[in-house]
Amino acid sequence: MACAKQAEGVGDRGVTRFEIDSDPFAVRAGVREFLACLKGCGMDATALGTAELVMAEVLNNIVEHAYADFGGTIEVLVHPQGAHVLVEVADRGLPLPCGSLPGRCLPPMDLVDGLPEGGFGWFIIQELASDLAYRRKDGRNHTSFCLPLQTDR
Amino acid sequence: MDLVADKRDDLLVVTVEGDRIDAAGAIEFKERMREAIETESERVILDLSNVVFLDSSGLGAVVAVMKLLSPARKLELSGLTPTVAKVFRLTRMDSVFLIHPTLTDGLRKAS
Repeated sequence: MACAKQAEGVGDRGVTRFEIDSDPFAVRAGVREFLACLKGCGMDATALGTAELVMAEVLNNIVEHAYADFGGTIEVLVHPQGAHVLVEVADRGLPLPCGSLPGRCLPPMDLVDGLPEGGFGWFIIQELASDLAYRRKDGRNHTSFCLPLQTDR
Repeated sequence: MDLVADKRDDLLVVTVEGDRIDAAGAIEFKERMREAIETESERVILDLSNVVFLDSSGLGAVVAVMKLLSPARKLELSGLTPTVAKVFRLTRMDSVFLIHPTLTDGLRKAS
């Protein structure tokens, strides 16, 4: 994979930046804008479906947890990098619990009555995105991940 | 989000007319489904063939509907589009629901 770990440094031509309010309907519109950007980068239809899911889950987590109590703005940066795009998402909300990404596991699935109705978000992100990273710096959460432009990498 | 409920003998078919069940629409979906399943039936099929996008909030809402029906009825699904099918597969929820490739397959099973 040709995706750099971080976006700092050289080769940031064609970076797209946009802001999304912390609200489920703004997230819906923001995801649409994100997909239009990826389409412009040449992403294929299946990869777009995956990208939509990953981005929606990352943004929903911020709305529902980081900004649960006070709202705010989410900043998104899209860096085209060869066969991938590096995506950086930043917010000024609460940090992740424990200050790091959660483990890659599904919630317990006891039958019917005990079936989980949540807790899938980070698992889906971790399954579908590569180079997932999180750090807390200067009161901001920075989440970054890579997505392939073509389904068959 | 519009749902269309169609009672066919002992089968209730609920079709989602909207194209996404996401965090912005999950609560409304759950409420509409709660109303739709008040109609008595032996089986309930939720047809998702118009839904091109479902996130974990949408998945949670579908699971919640299954719990509302339980234990008397089971929720069956039909017409999962590729990204929706991926969510069910990734989260292993494809093992929890009876999933028909198309609504026609689900109806055939009824007869």
